[in-house]
Amino acid sequence: MSGLVINEVRRGFYLDSVALMRLSRGIAERDGVEEAALMMGTPANKRIMDDAGLLTATGQAAEGGDLVIGIRADSHARAKEVLQEALSELDKPAGHGGAAVQWRPRTTRAALKQAPDSNLALISVPGDFAAAEARKALRRGLHVMMFSDNVSLAAEVALKQEAKTLGRLVMGPDCGTAIINGVPLAFANAVPRGSVGLIGASGTGLQEVSCLIAQGGGGLSHAIGVGGRDLKEEVGGMTTLMALDALDADPGTKHIVLISKPPAAGVAARLLERIGASGKSFTICFIGASDLTLPANARSVDTLKAAAEDALGGVALGVGFDPVMMAARAPAGRGAVWGLFTGGTLCAEAQVIFQAAGQVVASNAPIPGASPLDPGGSGHQLIDLGADEFTRGRPHPMIDPTVRDDALVEALASSRVGVILLDVVVGFGAHADPAGHLAPVLTAHRRADGPVVIASVTGTDADPQGRTAQAAKLEAAGVMVAPTNADAATLALACLGCVPGRDPTNRSA
Amino acid sequence: MDGSTMSDDIGKTLLNTPPKVVNLGLESFALELSQQGVAVVHVDWTPPAGGDPALADLLSKLGA
Repeated sequence: MSGLVINEVRRGFYLDSVALMRLSRGIAERDGVEEAALMMGTPANKRIMDDAGLLTATGQAAEGGDLVIGIRADSHARAKEVLQEALSELDKPAGHGGAAVQWRPRTTRAALKQAPDSNLALISVPGDFAAAEARKALRRGLHVMMFSDNVSLAAEVALKQEAKTLGRLVMGPDCGTAIINGVPLAFANAVPRGSVGLIGASGTGLQEVSCLIAQGGGGLSHAIGVGGRDLKEEVGGMTTLMALDALDADPGTKHIVLISKPPAAGVAARLLERIGASGKSFTICFIGASDLTLPANARSVDTLKAAAEDALGGVALGVGFDPVMMAARAPAGRGAVWGLFTGGTLCAEAQVIFQAAGQVVASNAPIPGASPLDPGGSGHQLIDLGADEFTRGRPHPMIDPTVRDDALVEALASSRVGVILLDVVVGFGAHADPAGHLAPVLTAHRRADGPVVIASVTGTDADPQGRTAQAAKLEAAGVMVAPTNADAATLALACLGCVPGRDPTNRSA
Repeated sequence: MDGSTMSDDIGKTLLNTPPKVVNLGLESFALELSQQGVAVVHVDWTPPAGGDPALADLLSKLGA
Protein backbone atom coordinates (compact mmCIF):
# COMPACT_ATOMS: atom_id res chain seq x y z
CA MET A 1 0.00 0.00 0.00
CA SER A 2 2.69 2.41 -0.99
CA GLY A 3 0.70 4.60 -3.37
CA LEU A 4 -1.31 7.73 -2.87
CA VAL A 5 -4.96 7.38 -1.94
CA ILE A 6 -7.75 9.77 -2.78
CA ASN A 7 -11.49 9.51 -2.09
CA GLU A 8 -14.49 11.23 -3.58
CA VAL A 9 -18.02 10.93 -2.23
CA ARG A 10 -21.17 11.31 -4.33
CA ARG A 11 -24.06 12.06 -1.99
CA GLY A 12 -27.24 10.05 -2.52
CA PHE A 13 -25.89 8.28 -5.62
CA TYR A 14 -26.82 4.60 -5.93
CA LEU A 15 -25.53 1.99 -8.35
CA ASP A 16 -26.12 -1.75 -7.98
CA SER A 17 -23.26 -4.01 -6.94
CA VAL A 18 -22.71 -5.50 -10.40
CA ALA A 19 -22.47 -2.07 -12.02
CA LEU A 20 -20.03 -1.00 -9.29
CA MET A 21 -17.93 -4.14 -9.76
CA ARG A 22 -17.61 -3.44 -13.50
CA LEU A 23 -16.64 0.18 -12.91
CA SER A 24 -14.18 -0.71 -10.12
CA ARG A 25 -12.47 -3.27 -12.28
CA GLY A 26 -12.21 -0.96 -15.27
CA ILE A 27 -10.66 1.77 -13.15
CA ALA A 28 -8.28 -0.57 -11.28
CA GLU A 29 -6.88 -1.78 -14.61
CA ARG A 30 -5.73 1.69 -15.74
CA ASP A 31 -2.05 2.55 -15.93
CA GLY A 32 -0.56 3.86 -12.71
CA VAL A 33 -3.48 2.61 -10.59
CA GLU A 34 -2.58 0.16 -7.80
CA GLU A 35 -6.12 -0.43 -6.48
CA ALA A 36 -9.55 1.09 -6.89
CA ALA A 37 -13.04 0.49 -5.53
CA LEU A 38 -16.43 2.10 -5.92
CA MET A 39 -18.79 1.14 -3.10
CA MET A 40 -21.86 2.38 -1.33
CA GLY A 41 -20.77 3.97 1.95
CA THR A 42 -22.30 1.45 4.36
CA PRO A 43 -20.29 0.69 7.52
CA ALA A 44 -19.41 -2.81 6.20
CA ASN A 45 -18.20 -1.43 2.86
CA LYS A 46 -16.16 1.30 4.53
CA ARG A 47 -14.42 -1.38 6.63
CA ILE A 48 -13.57 -3.31 3.46
CA MET A 49 -12.17 -0.18 1.79
CA ASP A 50 -10.22 0.67 4.95
CA ASP A 51 -8.73 -2.84 5.09
CA ALA A 52 -7.71 -2.46 1.44
CA GLY A 53 -6.01 0.87 2.20
CA LEU A 54 -8.53 2.75 0.08
CA LEU A 55 -10.28 4.96 2.64
CA THR A 56 -9.42 8.49 3.72
CA ALA A 57 -11.24 10.81 6.12
CA THR A 58 -13.35 12.00 3.17
CA GLY A 59 -14.66 8.50 2.49
CA GLN A 60 -15.03 7.75 6.19
CA ALA A 61 -17.60 10.55 6.42
CA ALA A 62 -19.86 8.96 3.76
CA GLU A 63 -23.30 7.58 4.68
CA GLY A 64 -25.01 4.39 3.50
CA GLY A 65 -26.76 6.23 0.68
CA ASP A 66 -23.57 7.77 -0.69
CA LEU A 67 -21.18 6.37 -3.26
CA VAL A 68 -17.51 6.31 -2.28
CA ILE A 69 -14.77 6.22 -4.90
CA GLY A 70 -11.37 5.14 -3.61
CA ILE A 71 -8.29 5.17 -5.82
CA ARG A 72 -4.67 4.35 -4.92
CA ALA A 73 -2.24 5.35 -7.65
CA ASP A 74 1.50 5.80 -8.04
CA SER A 75 1.22 9.59 -7.87
CA HIS A 76 -1.25 12.20 -6.68
CA ALA A 77 -1.52 13.61 -10.20
CA ARG A 78 -2.36 10.19 -11.66
CA ALA A 79 -4.90 9.48 -8.91
CA LYS A 80 -6.65 12.78 -9.67
CA GLU A 81 -6.68 12.08 -13.42
CA VAL A 82 -8.22 8.65 -12.92
CA LEU A 83 -10.74 10.06 -10.45
CA GLN A 84 -11.93 12.50 -13.13
CA GLU A 85 -12.25 9.61 -15.57
CA ALA A 86 -14.27 7.66 -12.99
CA LEU A 87 -16.59 10.60 -12.39
CA SER A 88 -17.11 10.95 -16.15
CA GLU A 89 -18.07 7.24 -16.29
CA LEU A 90 -20.61 7.79 -13.51
CA ASP A 91 -22.13 10.74 -15.30
CA LYS A 92 -22.67 8.85 -18.54
CA PRO A 93 -26.35 8.15 -19.18
CA ALA A 94 -27.23 4.72 -17.78
CA GLY A 95 -27.68 1.98 -20.40
CA HIS A 96 -31.28 1.03 -19.90
CA GLY A 97 -31.64 -0.51 -23.33
CA GLY A 98 -33.99 -3.45 -23.39
CA ALA A 99 -35.85 -2.51 -20.24
CA ALA A 100 -39.58 -2.85 -20.57
CA VAL A 101 -40.36 0.73 -19.69
CA GLN A 102 -39.23 4.22 -20.60
CA TRP A 103 -40.14 6.09 -17.45
CA ARG A 104 -38.79 4.51 -14.29
CA PRO A 105 -40.59 4.78 -10.98
CA ARG A 106 -38.51 5.46 -7.89
CA THR A 107 -40.58 3.50 -5.36
CA THR A 108 -42.64 0.31 -5.17
CA ARG A 109 -45.75 2.45 -4.70
CA ALA A 110 -45.05 4.30 -7.95
CA ALA A 111 -44.24 1.03 -9.73
CA LEU A 112 -47.64 -0.33 -8.70
CA LYS A 113 -49.39 2.73 -10.09
CA GLN A 114 -47.73 1.93 -13.40
CA ALA A 115 -48.37 -1.83 -13.20
CA PRO A 116 -51.18 -2.41 -10.67
CA ASP A 117 -51.50 -6.11 -11.48
CA SER A 118 -47.91 -6.90 -10.39
CA ASN A 119 -47.77 -9.83 -7.99
CA LEU A 120 -44.10 -10.24 -7.01
CA ALA A 121 -41.32 -7.98 -5.75
CA LEU A 122 -37.79 -9.16 -6.57
CA ILE A 123 -35.53 -7.41 -4.07
CA SER A 124 -31.74 -7.29 -4.39
CA VAL A 125 -30.98 -3.93 -2.73
CA PRO A 126 -28.25 -3.78 -0.03
CA GLY A 127 -29.18 -5.89 2.99
CA ASP A 128 -29.44 -2.85 5.30
CA PHE A 129 -32.50 -1.68 3.35
CA ALA A 130 -33.94 -4.98 2.11
CA ALA A 131 -36.31 -5.70 5.00
CA ALA A 132 -37.88 -2.23 4.73
CA GLU A 133 -38.48 -2.69 0.99
CA ALA A 134 -39.88 -6.20 1.56
CA ARG A 135 -42.30 -4.88 4.21
CA LYS A 136 -43.52 -2.13 1.87
CA ALA A 137 -44.05 -4.69 -0.92
CA LEU A 138 -45.95 -7.11 1.35
CA ARG A 139 -48.25 -4.37 2.59
CA ARG A 140 -49.03 -3.42 -1.00
CA GLY A 141 -50.15 -6.98 -1.70
CA LEU A 142 -47.03 -8.41 -3.36
CA HIS A 143 -45.33 -11.71 -2.77
CA VAL A 144 -41.61 -11.17 -2.16
CA MET A 145 -38.40 -12.81 -3.33
CA MET A 146 -35.45 -11.42 -1.33
CA PHE A 147 -32.16 -12.06 -3.11
CA SER A 148 -30.49 -9.66 -0.65
CA ASP A 149 -28.48 -11.13 2.18
CA ASN A 150 -27.15 -9.53 5.37
CA VAL A 151 -30.70 -9.21 6.72
CA SER A 152 -30.98 -9.85 10.47
CA LEU A 153 -32.65 -13.02 11.70
CA ALA A 154 -35.07 -10.93 13.77
CA ALA A 155 -36.10 -8.98 10.65
CA GLU A 156 -36.58 -12.23 8.74
CA VAL A 157 -38.83 -13.66 11.45
CA ALA A 158 -40.90 -10.46 11.66
CA LEU A 159 -41.33 -10.29 7.87
CA LYS A 160 -42.35 -13.92 7.59
CA GLN A 161 -44.86 -13.59 10.43
CA GLU A 162 -46.40 -10.57 8.72
CA ALA A 163 -46.42 -12.37 5.36
CA LYS A 164 -48.18 -15.35 6.92
CA THR A 165 -50.91 -13.10 8.29
CA LEU A 166 -51.29 -11.47 4.88
CA GLY A 167 -51.28 -14.77 2.97
CA ARG A 168 -48.18 -13.77 1.07
CA LEU A 169 -44.94 -15.69 0.49
CA VAL A 170 -41.52 -14.31 1.48
CA MET A 171 -38.85 -16.28 -0.39
CA GLY A 172 -35.56 -15.41 1.33
CA PRO A 173 -33.68 -13.41 2.47
CA ASP A 174 -30.62 -14.80 0.69
CA CYS A 175 -32.88 -16.60 -1.78
CA GLY A 176 -30.90 -17.02 -4.98
CA THR A 177 -33.27 -19.15 -7.02
CA ALA A 178 -36.93 -19.58 -7.85
CA ILE A 179 -38.92 -20.67 -10.87
CA ILE A 180 -42.54 -19.59 -10.69
CA ASN A 181 -44.93 -20.69 -13.38
CA GLY A 182 -42.02 -21.42 -15.74
CA VAL A 183 -40.32 -18.07 -15.16
CA PRO A 184 -36.73 -18.26 -13.82
CA LEU A 185 -36.12 -15.59 -11.18
CA ALA A 186 -32.59 -14.40 -10.22
CA PHE A 187 -30.15 -17.39 -10.50
CA ALA A 188 -32.25 -20.03 -12.23
CA ASN A 189 -32.29 -22.17 -15.33
CA ALA A 190 -34.50 -22.65 -18.35
CA VAL A 191 -36.19 -25.97 -17.59
CA PRO A 192 -39.34 -27.49 -19.10
CA ARG A 193 -42.70 -27.32 -17.33
CA GLY A 194 -43.75 -30.53 -15.65
CA SER A 195 -45.28 -31.98 -12.52
CA VAL A 196 -42.40 -31.88 -10.02
CA GLY A 197 -42.48 -29.08 -7.44
CA LEU A 198 -39.27 -28.09 -5.67
CA ILE A 199 -38.84 -26.32 -2.35
CA GLY A 200 -35.31 -25.42 -1.36
CA ALA A 201 -33.36 -23.52 1.25
CA SER A 202 -30.45 -23.64 -1.17
CA GLY A 203 -30.06 -21.86 -4.49
CA THR A 204 -27.57 -24.12 -6.20
CA GLY A 205 -29.32 -27.19 -4.77
CA LEU A 206 -32.50 -26.06 -6.54
CA GLN A 207 -30.53 -25.33 -9.71
CA GLU A 208 -28.75 -28.70 -9.82
CA VAL A 209 -31.92 -30.71 -9.11
CA SER A 210 -34.04 -28.72 -11.57
CA CYS A 211 -31.42 -29.09 -14.33
CA LEU A 212 -30.98 -32.82 -13.67
CA ILE A 213 -34.75 -33.33 -13.77
CA ALA A 214 -34.70 -31.58 -17.15
CA GLN A 215 -31.73 -33.75 -18.24
CA GLY A 216 -33.74 -36.85 -17.30
CA GLY A 217 -36.73 -35.79 -19.39
CA GLY A 218 -38.88 -34.32 -16.61
CA GLY A 219 -40.05 -30.85 -15.82
CA LEU A 220 -41.08 -28.53 -13.02
CA SER A 221 -44.35 -27.04 -11.88
CA HIS A 222 -42.61 -24.50 -9.62
CA ALA A 223 -39.36 -24.15 -7.67
CA ILE A 224 -39.78 -22.14 -4.50
CA GLY A 225 -36.72 -20.84 -2.66
CA VAL A 226 -37.14 -20.16 1.03
CA GLY A 227 -33.75 -18.71 2.07
CA GLY A 228 -30.90 -20.42 3.87
CA ARG A 229 -32.21 -19.82 7.41
CA ASP A 230 -35.87 -20.74 7.00
CA LEU A 231 -35.40 -24.15 8.63
CA LYS A 232 -33.63 -22.76 11.69
CA GLU A 233 -35.57 -23.03 14.92
CA GLU A 234 -36.02 -19.25 15.18
CA VAL A 235 -37.75 -19.01 11.79
CA GLY A 236 -39.52 -22.34 12.25
CA GLY A 237 -39.75 -23.19 8.54
CA MET A 238 -42.50 -20.60 8.03
CA THR A 239 -41.95 -20.17 4.29
CA THR A 240 -41.25 -23.87 3.74
CA LEU A 241 -44.53 -24.82 5.42
CA MET A 242 -46.45 -22.21 3.40
CA ALA A 243 -44.78 -23.44 0.20
CA LEU A 244 -45.68 -27.02 1.13
CA ASP A 245 -49.32 -26.02 1.63
CA ALA A 246 -49.33 -24.18 -1.69
CA LEU A 247 -47.73 -26.99 -3.72
CA ASP A 248 -49.88 -29.58 -1.96
CA ALA A 249 -52.96 -27.65 -3.12
CA ASP A 250 -51.53 -27.02 -6.61
CA PRO A 251 -53.17 -29.34 -9.16
CA GLY A 252 -50.14 -29.05 -11.48
CA THR A 253 -47.78 -30.50 -8.86
CA LYS A 254 -47.76 -34.29 -8.49
CA HIS A 255 -44.50 -34.87 -6.60
CA ILE A 256 -42.59 -32.54 -4.26
CA VAL A 257 -38.84 -32.43 -3.57
CA LEU A 258 -37.52 -30.71 -0.46
CA ILE A 259 -33.84 -29.65 -0.48
CA SER A 260 -31.97 -28.18 2.48
CA LYS A 261 -29.14 -28.50 4.90
CA PRO A 262 -30.29 -30.51 7.94
CA PRO A 263 -33.11 -28.54 9.63
CA ALA A 264 -33.38 -27.85 13.35
CA ALA A 265 -34.86 -30.92 15.04
CA GLY A 266 -38.14 -29.25 15.99
CA VAL A 267 -38.58 -27.83 12.49
CA ALA A 268 -37.82 -31.20 10.88
CA ALA A 269 -40.51 -32.81 13.05
CA ARG A 270 -43.11 -30.20 12.00
CA LEU A 271 -42.18 -30.56 8.33
CA LEU A 272 -42.34 -34.34 8.38
CA GLU A 273 -45.72 -34.23 10.16
CA ARG A 274 -47.04 -31.86 7.47
CA ILE A 275 -45.61 -34.06 4.71
CA GLY A 276 -47.29 -37.11 6.27
CA ALA A 277 -50.66 -35.35 6.04
CA SER A 278 -50.28 -34.81 2.27
CA GLY A 279 -51.71 -37.09 -0.38
CA LYS A 280 -48.70 -36.42 -2.62
CA SER A 281 -45.33 -38.19 -2.75
CA PHE A 282 -42.15 -36.51 -1.52
CA THR A 283 -38.37 -36.75 -1.93
CA ILE A 284 -36.43 -35.37 1.02
CA CYS A 285 -32.81 -34.28 0.48
CA PHE A 286 -31.45 -32.86 3.73
CA ILE A 287 -27.77 -32.80 2.69
CA GLY A 288 -25.62 -34.34 5.44
CA ALA A 289 -28.56 -35.40 7.64
CA SER A 290 -29.00 -38.86 9.08
CA ASP A 291 -31.57 -40.76 11.12
CA LEU A 292 -34.74 -39.27 9.65
CA THR A 293 -37.98 -41.01 10.54
CA LEU A 294 -40.08 -40.48 7.45
CA PRO A 295 -43.79 -40.78 6.76
CA ALA A 296 -44.83 -43.46 4.28
CA ASN A 297 -45.25 -41.00 1.38
CA ALA A 298 -41.65 -39.71 1.59
CA ARG A 299 -38.26 -41.07 0.64
CA SER A 300 -34.93 -39.70 1.82
CA VAL A 301 -31.88 -39.34 -0.44
CA ASP A 302 -28.30 -38.28 0.28
CA THR A 303 -27.41 -36.31 -2.85
CA LEU A 304 -28.92 -33.84 -5.30
CA LYS A 305 -28.41 -36.35 -8.11
CA ALA A 306 -30.34 -39.00 -6.16
CA ALA A 307 -33.09 -36.43 -5.46
CA ALA A 308 -33.51 -35.81 -9.19
CA GLU A 309 -33.48 -39.52 -9.97
CA ASP A 310 -36.10 -40.19 -7.31
CA ALA A 311 -38.29 -37.34 -8.55
CA LEU A 312 -38.04 -38.81 -12.05
CA GLY A 313 -39.42 -42.10 -10.73
CA GLY A 314 -36.10 -43.90 -10.63
CA VAL A 315 -34.63 -42.79 -13.97
CA ALA A 316 -30.83 -43.17 -13.80
CA LEU A 317 -28.85 -40.06 -14.70
CA GLY A 318 -25.37 -40.04 -16.23
CA VAL A 319 -25.81 -43.45 -17.87
CA GLY A 320 -22.59 -44.43 -19.63
CA PHE A 321 -20.44 -42.37 -17.30
CA ASP A 322 -17.80 -44.67 -15.85
CA PRO A 323 -15.58 -42.83 -13.35
CA VAL A 324 -13.01 -45.62 -13.16
CA MET A 325 -12.60 -45.82 -16.94
CA MET A 326 -12.46 -42.05 -17.21
CA ALA A 327 -9.94 -41.78 -14.37
CA ALA A 328 -7.72 -44.29 -16.11
CA ARG A 329 -7.25 -41.80 -18.95
CA ALA A 330 -5.88 -39.16 -16.57
CA PRO A 331 -2.28 -38.94 -15.37
CA ALA A 332 -1.66 -40.96 -12.22
CA GLY A 333 -3.25 -39.10 -9.33
CA ARG A 334 -1.49 -38.24 -6.10
CA GLY A 335 -2.03 -35.74 -3.35
CA ALA A 336 -5.30 -34.28 -2.20
CA VAL A 337 -8.47 -33.01 -3.84
CA TRP A 338 -9.10 -29.28 -3.72
CA GLY A 339 -12.68 -28.44 -4.55
CA LEU A 340 -13.30 -24.81 -5.49
CA PHE A 341 -17.06 -24.38 -5.61
CA THR A 342 -19.21 -21.40 -6.47
CA GLY A 343 -22.30 -23.28 -5.26
CA GLY A 344 -22.62 -23.92 -1.52
CA THR A 345 -24.84 -26.96 -1.84
CA LEU A 346 -22.70 -28.38 -4.62
CA CYS A 347 -19.79 -28.16 -2.15
CA ALA A 348 -21.94 -29.91 0.48
CA GLU A 349 -22.95 -32.66 -1.97
CA ALA A 350 -19.28 -33.32 -2.80
CA GLN A 351 -18.59 -33.66 0.94
CA VAL A 352 -21.36 -36.29 1.18
CA ILE A 353 -19.76 -38.27 -1.68
CA PHE A 354 -16.30 -38.08 -0.08
CA GLN A 355 -17.60 -39.16 3.32
CA ALA A 356 -19.49 -42.06 1.76
CA ALA A 357 -16.19 -43.21 0.23
CA GLY A 358 -14.58 -43.12 3.68
CA GLN A 359 -12.55 -39.99 2.97
CA VAL A 360 -11.76 -37.36 5.57
CA VAL A 361 -12.70 -33.96 4.20
CA ALA A 362 -12.33 -30.39 5.43
CA SER A 363 -14.42 -27.40 4.36
CA ASN A 364 -15.15 -23.79 5.25
CA ALA A 365 -18.80 -24.92 5.12
CA PRO A 366 -18.52 -28.39 6.68
CA ILE A 367 -21.48 -30.76 6.68
CA PRO A 368 -21.96 -32.91 9.81
CA GLY A 369 -18.88 -35.14 10.15
CA ALA A 370 -16.57 -32.94 8.05
CA SER A 371 -13.77 -30.86 9.59
CA PRO A 372 -13.32 -27.10 9.55
CA LEU A 373 -10.87 -25.89 6.94
CA ASP A 374 -7.18 -26.07 7.82
CA PRO A 375 -5.29 -23.87 5.34
CA GLY A 376 -2.02 -25.67 6.06
CA GLY A 377 -3.57 -29.14 5.98
CA SER A 378 -2.62 -31.80 3.48
CA GLY A 379 -6.03 -33.50 3.20
CA HIS A 380 -8.99 -32.97 0.89
CA GLN A 381 -10.36 -29.44 1.04
CA LEU A 382 -13.72 -28.54 -0.44
CA ILE A 383 -14.27 -24.79 -0.40
CA ASP A 384 -17.51 -22.83 -0.85
CA LEU A 385 -16.35 -19.62 -2.54
CA GLY A 386 -19.85 -18.17 -2.21
CA ALA A 387 -19.48 -18.04 1.58
CA ASP A 388 -19.55 -14.66 3.29
CA GLU A 389 -15.77 -14.49 3.80
CA PHE A 390 -15.25 -14.49 0.01
CA THR A 391 -18.15 -12.27 -1.03
CA ARG A 392 -18.00 -9.40 1.45
CA GLY A 393 -18.20 -6.25 -0.63
CA ARG A 394 -18.17 -8.06 -3.96
CA PRO A 395 -20.64 -10.00 -6.10
CA HIS A 396 -21.17 -13.74 -5.78
CA PRO A 397 -18.65 -15.89 -7.74
CA MET A 398 -21.46 -17.08 -10.00
CA ILE A 399 -21.68 -13.46 -11.20
CA ASP A 400 -17.99 -12.60 -10.84
CA PRO A 401 -15.90 -15.71 -11.59
CA THR A 402 -12.63 -13.90 -10.82
CA VAL A 403 -13.32 -14.69 -7.12
CA ARG A 404 -12.08 -18.22 -7.88
CA ASP A 405 -8.99 -17.27 -9.88
CA ASP A 406 -6.46 -16.83 -7.06
CA ALA A 407 -7.39 -20.10 -5.36
CA LEU A 408 -7.33 -21.90 -8.72
CA VAL A 409 -3.88 -20.59 -9.62
CA GLU A 410 -2.62 -21.61 -6.15
CA ALA A 411 -4.09 -25.10 -6.54
CA LEU A 412 -2.60 -25.52 -10.02
CA ALA A 413 0.85 -24.66 -8.64
CA SER A 414 0.62 -26.77 -5.48
CA SER A 415 2.49 -30.05 -5.20
CA ARG A 416 0.01 -31.10 -2.48
CA VAL A 417 -2.94 -31.07 -4.89
CA GLY A 418 -3.65 -34.10 -7.07
CA VAL A 419 -7.11 -33.16 -8.30
CA ILE A 420 -8.94 -29.85 -8.65
CA LEU A 421 -12.71 -30.14 -8.55
CA LEU A 422 -14.80 -27.29 -9.97
CA ASP A 423 -18.46 -26.44 -10.50
CA VAL A 424 -19.64 -24.27 -13.35
CA VAL A 425 -23.13 -22.91 -12.77
CA VAL A 426 -24.89 -21.25 -15.69
CA GLY A 427 -28.38 -19.94 -16.31
CA PHE A 428 -30.13 -16.63 -15.82
CA GLY A 429 -28.39 -14.28 -13.40
CA ALA A 430 -25.03 -16.03 -13.78
CA HIS A 431 -21.92 -14.81 -15.59
CA ALA A 432 -22.30 -14.78 -19.39
CA ASP A 433 -19.47 -17.27 -19.98
CA PRO A 434 -17.96 -18.85 -16.84
CA ALA A 435 -16.21 -21.65 -18.77
CA GLY A 436 -14.76 -19.07 -21.15
CA HIS A 437 -13.38 -17.26 -18.10
CA LEU A 438 -11.88 -20.44 -16.59
CA ALA A 439 -10.25 -21.78 -19.75
CA PRO A 440 -7.48 -19.15 -20.19
CA VAL A 441 -6.69 -19.25 -16.45
CA LEU A 442 -6.22 -23.02 -16.71
CA THR A 443 -4.21 -22.78 -19.92
CA ALA A 444 -1.90 -20.11 -18.53
CA HIS A 445 -1.13 -21.82 -15.22
CA ARG A 446 -1.37 -25.54 -15.88
CA ARG A 447 1.76 -27.72 -15.63
CA ALA A 448 2.23 -31.02 -17.46
CA ASP A 449 2.71 -32.82 -14.15
CA GLY A 450 0.14 -30.68 -12.34
CA PRO A 451 -3.23 -31.60 -10.89
CA VAL A 452 -6.02 -33.24 -12.86
CA VAL A 453 -8.92 -30.80 -13.31
CA ILE A 454 -12.50 -32.09 -13.10
CA ALA A 455 -15.74 -30.12 -13.44
CA SER A 456 -19.45 -30.41 -13.94
CA VAL A 457 -21.80 -27.89 -15.52
CA THR A 458 -25.08 -27.09 -13.77
CA GLY A 459 -27.36 -25.82 -16.48
CA THR A 460 -29.42 -26.73 -19.53
CA ASP A 461 -28.98 -26.17 -23.24
CA ALA A 462 -31.90 -23.76 -23.13
CA ASP A 463 -29.92 -21.48 -20.81
CA PRO A 464 -28.30 -18.39 -22.37
CA GLN A 465 -24.79 -19.87 -21.99
CA GLY A 466 -25.77 -23.38 -23.17
CA ARG A 467 -24.65 -26.32 -21.04
CA THR A 468 -23.11 -28.29 -23.94
CA ALA A 469 -21.19 -25.26 -25.19
CA GLN A 470 -19.81 -24.59 -21.70
CA ALA A 471 -18.75 -28.23 -21.29
CA ALA A 472 -17.01 -28.14 -24.69
CA LYS A 473 -14.98 -25.07 -23.67
CA LEU A 474 -13.88 -26.84 -20.50
CA GLU A 475 -12.93 -30.00 -22.35
CA ALA A 476 -10.93 -27.97 -24.87
CA ALA A 477 -8.99 -26.57 -21.90
CA GLY A 478 -8.15 -30.09 -20.74
CA VAL A 479 -10.86 -30.41 -18.08
CA MET A 480 -12.60 -33.75 -17.53
CA VAL A 481 -16.32 -32.95 -17.47
CA ALA A 482 -18.70 -35.22 -15.53
CA PRO A 483 -22.46 -35.36 -16.13
CA THR A 484 -23.39 -34.18 -12.61
CA ASN A 485 -21.73 -32.56 -9.61
CA ALA A 486 -22.01 -35.86 -7.71
CA ASP A 487 -20.34 -37.68 -10.61
CA ALA A 488 -17.54 -35.10 -10.69
CA ALA A 489 -16.84 -35.77 -7.00
CA THR A 490 -16.85 -39.53 -7.66
CA LEU A 491 -14.47 -39.04 -10.59
CA ALA A 492 -12.12 -37.00 -8.38
CA LEU A 493 -12.00 -39.87 -5.93
CA ALA A 494 -11.50 -42.37 -8.75
CA CYS A 495 -8.47 -40.41 -9.98
CA LEU A 496 -6.92 -40.96 -6.55
CA GLY A 497 -7.93 -44.61 -6.51
CA CYS A 498 -10.43 -43.97 -3.73
CA VAL A 499 -13.53 -45.50 -5.29
CA PRO A 500 -14.46 -48.85 -3.77
CA GLY A 501 -13.42 -51.72 -6.02
CA ARG A 502 -10.64 -49.78 -7.75
CA ASP A 503 -6.98 -50.72 -7.39
CA PRO A 504 -4.93 -47.51 -7.52
CA THR A 505 -1.74 -49.39 -8.32
CA ASN A 506 -3.15 -50.92 -11.49
CA ARG A 507 -3.89 -48.00 -13.75
CA SER A 508 -2.48 -46.68 -16.96
CA ALA A 509 -0.43 -43.53 -16.79
CA MET B 1 -56.10 -16.85 7.70
CA ASP B 2 -56.19 -20.67 8.01
CA GLY B 3 -53.81 -22.94 6.07
CA SER B 4 -56.21 -23.91 3.27
CA THR B 5 -57.34 -20.33 2.59
CA MET B 6 -53.73 -19.18 2.60
CA SER B 7 -52.54 -21.87 0.19
CA ASP B 8 -55.52 -21.14 -2.10
CA ASP B 9 -54.53 -17.48 -2.02
CA ILE B 10 -50.88 -18.19 -2.81
CA GLY B 11 -52.00 -20.55 -5.56
CA LYS B 12 -54.34 -17.97 -7.05
CA THR B 13 -52.12 -14.90 -6.74
CA LEU B 14 -48.68 -16.41 -7.38
CA LEU B 15 -48.51 -19.97 -8.67
CA ASN B 16 -51.34 -19.83 -11.20
CA THR B 17 -50.68 -16.34 -12.48
CA PRO B 18 -47.89 -15.35 -14.87
CA PRO B 19 -45.37 -13.50 -12.69
CA LYS B 20 -45.54 -9.72 -13.01
CA VAL B 21 -42.49 -8.39 -11.29
CA VAL B 22 -41.47 -5.20 -9.52
CA ASN B 23 -37.65 -5.30 -9.45
CA LEU B 24 -35.61 -3.37 -6.88
CA GLY B 25 -31.81 -3.59 -6.99
CA LEU B 26 -29.81 -5.44 -9.65
CA GLU B 27 -30.96 -4.10 -12.99
CA SER B 28 -29.65 -7.21 -14.78
CA PHE B 29 -32.49 -9.21 -13.22
CA ALA B 30 -35.05 -6.86 -14.77
CA LEU B 31 -33.32 -6.95 -18.16
CA GLU B 32 -33.27 -10.75 -18.22
CA LEU B 33 -36.95 -10.96 -17.29
CA SER B 34 -37.82 -8.38 -19.91
CA GLN B 35 -35.86 -10.31 -22.54
CA GLN B 36 -37.92 -13.41 -21.68
CA GLY B 37 -41.10 -11.47 -22.25
CA VAL B 38 -41.98 -11.28 -18.55
CA ALA B 39 -43.78 -8.12 -17.41
CA VAL B 40 -41.35 -6.25 -15.16
CA VAL B 41 -41.08 -2.74 -13.80
CA HIS B 42 -37.59 -1.78 -12.67
CA VAL B 43 -37.59 0.67 -9.79
CA ASP B 44 -34.93 3.38 -10.05
CA TRP B 45 -34.11 2.69 -6.42
CA THR B 46 -31.93 4.83 -4.18
CA PRO B 47 -31.45 4.29 -0.44
CA PRO B 48 -34.47 5.89 1.29
CA ALA B 49 -34.41 8.08 4.39
CA GLY B 50 -31.17 9.75 3.37
CA GLY B 51 -29.38 6.41 3.48
CA ASP B 52 -30.20 5.76 7.14
CA PRO B 53 -31.24 2.07 7.42
CA ALA B 54 -32.85 2.45 10.88
CA LEU B 55 -34.97 5.38 9.72
CA ALA B 56 -35.86 3.56 6.49
CA ASP B 57 -37.02 0.61 8.56
CA LEU B 58 -39.12 2.81 10.81
CA LEU B 59 -40.70 4.59 7.84
CA SER B 60 -41.61 1.26 6.23
CA LYS B 61 -43.38 0.23 9.45
CA LEU B 62 -45.30 3.50 9.44
CA GLY B 63 -46.39 2.84 5.86
CA ALA B 64 -44.38 5.65 4.29
